[in-house]
Amino acid sequence: MNLTAEEKRIATETTRQLLSTYNDSRGNLIPVLQQVQNKLGYVPAVAMEEVAAHFNVPAVDVYGIITFYNQFRLTPPGKRQVKICMGTACHMRGAQIIQESWERRLNIKMGETTEDREYSLERVACVGCCTMAPVVLINEEVHGKITPTRVDGLIFSHQLDKQKEKEGAARDE
Amino acid sequence: MSNHNAAAAAAFAKLQEEAQKDWDRLREKPLILIGAATCGRAAGALNLLEEVKNELAELKLDANVLEVGCMGHCYAEPIMVIYNEGFPAICYGYVTEGVGARIVRDYLTEGDPGIEFALAALEPNDMFPTFADFPRGIHENKIVLEQCGFIDPQNIDHYIATGGYVALTRALDMTSQEIVTTIKESGLRGRGGAGFPTGIKWQTCLDAPGTTKYVICNADEGDPGAFMDRTILESNPHLMIEGLAIAARAVGATKGYVYIRAEYPLAVERVALAIEQARSKGLLGDNILGSDYSFDIEIFQGSGAFVCGEESALIASMEGEPGIPRHRPPFPAQSGLWGRPTVINNVKSLSYVPHIIKNGAAWFTGIGSEKNPGTAIFALAGKVVNTGLAEVPMSTTLNELINDVGSGIAGGKKFKAVQIGGPSGGCLPESAMDTPIDFDSLTRAGAMMGSGGMVVLDEDDCMVEIARFFLDFTQQESCGKCTFCRLGTKHMLDILERITKGQGKPEDIDTLTQLAAKVKAGSLCSLGKTAPNPVLSTIKYFRDEYEAHINEGRCPSKMCKDLIAYYILPEKCERSCDACVGSCPVEAIGDNEDRIKVIDQEKCVKCDSCMVACPPQYKAVVKLSPPHLVEEKDREYREGKQKWQKQ
Ligand SMILES: Cc1cc2nc3c(=O)[nH]c(=O)nc-3n(C[C@H](O)[C@H](O)[C@H](O)COP(=O)(O)O)c2cc1C
Ligand code: SF4
Ligand code: SF4
Ligand code: FES
Repeated sequence: MNLTAEEKRIATETTRQLLSTYNDSRGNLIPVLQQVQNKLGYVPAVAMEEVAAHFNVPAVDVYGIITFYNQFRLTPPGKRQVKICMGTACHMRGAQIIQESWERRLNIKMGETTEDREYSLERVACVGCCTMAPVVLINEEVHGKITPTRVDGLIFSHQLDKQKEKEGAARDE
Repeated sequence: MSNHNAAAAAAFAKLQEEAQKDWDRLREKPLILIGAATCGRAAGALNLLEEVKNELAELKLDANVLEVGCMGHCYAEPIMVIYNEGFPAICYGYVTEGVGARIVRDYLTEGDPGIEFALAALEPNDMFPTFADFPRGIHENKIVLEQCGFIDPQNIDHYIATGGYVALTRALDMTSQEIVTTIKESGLRGRGGAGFPTGIKWQTCLDAPGTTKYVICNADEGDPGAFMDRTILESNPHLMIEGLAIAARAVGATKGYVYIRAEYPLAVERVALAIEQARSKGLLGDNILGSDYSFDIEIFQGSGAFVCGEESALIASMEGEPGIPRHRPPFPAQSGLWGRPTVINNVKSLSYVPHIIKNGAAWFTGIGSEKNPGTAIFALAGKVVNTGLAEVPMSTTLNELINDVGSGIAGGKKFKAVQIGGPSGGCLPESAMDTPIDFDSLTRAGAMMGSGGMVVLDEDDCMVEIARFFLDFTQQESCGKCTFCRLGTKHMLDILERITKGQGKPEDIDTLTQLAAKVKAGSLCSLGKTAPNPVLSTIKYFRDEYEAHINEGRCPSKMCKDLIAYYILPEKCERSCDACVGSCPVEAIGDNEDRIKVIDQEKCVKCDSCMVACPPQYKAVVKLSPPHLVEEKDREYREGKQKWQKQ
């Protein structure tokens, strides 16, 4: 996924601003990266370079951290981050089937973002809602007892929301 | 030291008085509690909350509404409790849309408590059973979970009014050694997995040289299928905080951390708020309650690596490194965070501590069994009727937990196995149901206590597939440092994958067993050492399922996708119902020449939708294993039809 010059600029500035509130003790490294991801939704290469310089470590060390931990993303997420729980309870209740439904509907694979950046698909380990298995998170919202038909329903209701937004915007003009 | 602490006791008495007032004020009006931990929210608790508030506003009724945590009855969520004059407090379950408003309206305006929606009463009465009257209630003994679901986790006064921070205040009057000795005498064993005696860990840290020491609460809860720690943190965060402060006082630490996994945003939020409130009341920070003792807590968020639950990996990640376990000794209690003596304890372990300090070591050893005192907290998930959290005395049997507390298997299915102890645990069959739940008995049976996740499996669950699932998990989560953990698990996974695809070889079972032994021997940390457990225990108890996959290309539970086909029984299909057709995402269902529905096996992606959609009075969709049975079935049908036409 290619970033625009504007995206790169925002990434650099955001990272610099965050770094200004942290000293260079190594224990701050992961919290800073978490903050960057909170703000940008991912950790782009330019941010890694800024962080490496701040903590005085080789950029490849920062890259090593990012790739070790599952939470970090190297590419921008979709506007709707769909995270499918792949924990035990969800798996035994058909998480795989749910994953395939999303992949089929969005025409992307796990870990990818749709061309229009509306959706991205990720797997998560148990989100602690096993009694509601299978579970899907859309952004931070938990949806329990998902079936392939509910996947269709969720996407449909997103489309409705979007349409309403558009109409609302048109009316405001 | 005591002269400081007379002042502390007085300061605390004042806090208690204020809290009590706040607490009493709640009951001056009808009080409504809504369980809104993550599990409740997933079931629609926030909608319920809004609905109830709207209804109260519309009817101009005056009542207190509180967002509380989880009571453990997750199966019945969303859950609501109403305290109202003249009736015993009632807990309502399955409060779906529309029901909440209706109960509130009927109850508060007409005095009709809506008994038909009630799960149970909270206090004994002549009208309605309480939770204690059900088989579940007979086994349950809530210590850590006692306040969960009954207090507002975002209001420190509720915790104080129900006995909170008494233990910390008392600990200010004790020497470090006195606290450590009490915990040692209580026999408390760590609830994070290994069951290591907490008192001994604390003693090691107390005795370690150095003035800077740390305490860390391990709230990483990486085991899929486990949600006890999340529930405790979301429902009663102060209990853990108080426990951590006492731990710090016991070992002489002035700084503590809570390491919470990133997948638990609500827990992070609640713990952060609780820390802030405790600080503002003088229960954390410099000179706690005016004593000579200072201690403060910071949150560190995990970044989604299972291995970081392992204590040395956890420390590495806090130090800004990849979470790779280190060799022990030295143990963290001797040399941990930044090389300083560090106590790391699980959320549950710490949550017992205030209770033990308050009630004494003898009280604790009076519960459970001799070597395993106290209670065990389990997250019941999977195919059991009453999923949720249960706290029972150690040495309750699996049978009691699953059949009494959990009310047995859902949907009239047959019990097959219980997966216990997370990815490193094992699967126990029916014949092991009398095993008492404690660290030692479970290990002997071939599983593990682990942290308390328990997934119940029924006849539709394939044991080879679950072994494959866990191997896939551990293989992905291996930090990669040890060759056997990295490559051995990969090799085992490849074999298991082949078996679930029907491409197993007769020698596979032996190869798996041999590899398992090597991975166990050749790994540094428990991730690798225990990774083969699910494979070994399923081979031990369910060998015939492995053999069916390997020798017959058949999945007896009809779960493995490559070994099943969906099929519509012509004699059962109500052809014009069309429910299946609409549900199929790939248009694989059409009519045959007799206008009966058939599945195009080439197109079918095995999504299960048609089976769910086919109305229960027809139940025409079935799964067949192995897939070639479809042709046989078709032939049977065609031949049957010819016979019928000849007659
Ligand atoms: C791979 C691995 C993952 C672990 N994950 C956790 C965890 O998520 N939470 C936890 O409390 N302990 C976990 N542990 C156990 C910890 O290493 C440690 O024993 C525990 O936190 C000590 O606390 P306790 O004595 O109170 O049980 C894990 C261990 C291993 C080997
Ligand atoms: S056993 Fe596995 S997870 Fe543990 S240190 Fe070795 S490679 Fe890492
Ligand atoms: S299993 Fe799914 S894809 Fe196959 S026929 Fe049924 S609905 Fe269609
Ligand atoms: S396994 Fe999916 S929420 Fe626990």
